[in-house]
Amino acid sequence: MSPREIFALRDHLGAELTGRTLSDAHHVVSLTDILSQTVLGGRLRELSGRAVLLKLSDQLRSGLAMIELDGIARRMLLCPPDLNPAHLDALIADAGVDAVVTDEPDRWAATGVSLVITAQLPLQATAPAQTERATEWLMLTSGTSGVPKIVGHTLEALTGAIVAEGPARGPAPVWATFYDIRRYGGLQIFLRAILSGGSMVLSDPHEALADHVVRLNARGVSHISGTPSHWRKLLMSGSAAQFAPGYVRLSGEIADQAVLDGLKAAFPNSSVGHAYASTEAGVGFAVNDGLEGFPANYLGNRNGVEMKVVDGSLRIRSTRTAHAYIGRNAAALADGDGFVDSGDIVELRGGRYYFVGRRGGIINIGGLKVHPEEIEAAINRHPDVRMSRAKSRKSPITGGIVVADVILADGTDQARAKEIRDQILDQCRAHLSSHKVPAVIRFVDALDVTPAGKLARTDA
Amino acid sequence: MSVRSKVIEAIQQIAKEQHVTLPVLSDDLSLHETGFDSLAFAILVARLEDETGVDPFTISEDAAFPATVGDFVRAYENVPA
Repeated sequence: MSPREIFALRDHLGAELTGRTLSDAHHVVSLTDILSQTVLGGRLRELSGRAVLLKLSDQLRSGLAMIELDGIARRMLLCPPDLNPAHLDALIADAGVDAVVTDEPDRWAATGVSLVITAQLPLQATAPAQTERATEWLMLTSGTSGVPKIVGHTLEALTGAIVAEGPARGPAPVWATFYDIRRYGGLQIFLRAILSGGSMVLSDPHEALADHVVRLNARGVSHISGTPSHWRKLLMSGSAAQFAPGYVRLSGEIADQAVLDGLKAAFPNSSVGHAYASTEAGVGFAVNDGLEGFPANYLGNRNGVEMKVVDGSLRIRSTRTAHAYIGRNAAALADGDGFVDSGDIVELRGGRYYFVGRRGGIINIGGLKVHPEEIEAAINRHPDVRMSRAKSRKSPITGGIVVADVILADGTDQARAKEIRDQILDQCRAHLSSHKVPAVIRFVDALDVTPAGKLARTDA
Repeated sequence: MSVRSKVIEAIQQIAKEQHVTLPVLSDDLSLHETGFDSLAFAILVARLEDETGVDPFTISEDAAFPATVGDFVRAYENVPA
């Protein structure tokens, strides 16, 4: 029996495609001759078969290290930038980490990890390596409290949706994302850039949005993705006018009709699509009809992705899901039939499923369960609203009431605030049952967004 | 604006939003007779807290919820500023 052919990232790169780059705010690296260069100081051999923790302060070196390590290391655990250092020991133990790739080697000197390798720029010349094995990709969930869960993927699972879509037509795309590539949503874009023969422009958390957009334009970005919160911030910034990507993609949060319409208005010549994916369930599907939610006939088996709704939540079985949670006390990731429960609650209305919220994000309003996302979607329908956040507030009368913080579109006349508030409330009463209508609406200048690009929900 | 007129104005605003037809708001009108349900009162208390900075029904654990409009207004008037 001959072993199945294994493809690693390096097998999608080569000198035949010229002009490919990976760049951030400070550096531009050519992907064309990347296979004969090293970010690891030429020490890749030492990492063969190891369980490697990738803990770098920037995305560029992280991406370059992923390209080198995939197919060589046994495992690599991607640490997102906001990882709480207090959780590192538990993660190292659970993933059996025996090597670290870092740009802060001094911080690892006194730890028990036996092999510490420094990732550095500029790249050095090296002999190209050969793919040895299918590396296990370990990613962390973006939950807000406690030690994040380690989710195990293979490159094959991670790239299942990309391969299924086939190569992009026309010139090689230049991808960008507001996400960090060490998160599932961002990694998808990084992998798309590698597999599609294109280039990628990385985000930088320290860069102002206006400067980021200038850079996206300068590098000719054609395809770009982010969460609805990322996109709302861009729409609010006034920088969208200078930008004209061909393809705009939303994922990671519920894309409501308001943000889809807002993007379509801001980018009239772009295709705007939203995708459903999660670290555990993988890429489920993309919706390109310009409408929120997804057609009911997406349930069942479609392009190798099986979906069903049980107890209100979307369940997914496909070769693109993660294969396991990793660690000593790891729970089962899928049920006995191999379905992953996404925890995303959907509702069927008129032949279409709509996302109403997360199972874990329910707020309690006088004993009734309410999804804040559903309220926000109703508020966001108002043309002067850019973004909103609903939450519960204690009430001595009913136990809890809904309150909402709302950001108005740039340039809204403050004198209209009362009128807008009344219109929002009317609109909410028309679409929501009475206990879901906000009792209090507060106009605010900003709402917190987590490092993973999602609206911060501290009370959820 | 006096505390009393703030409270009355908030009651009238919420009545309008909730499509409640209020009777004349005399001090001895029982709160039950206003036509407000508990949700409407919860909204009223939350908005008054935002406007006046106090929620007299949470501050004191033994505060009984008022029975009449007059009691309700006095609950706000009697809170030390």
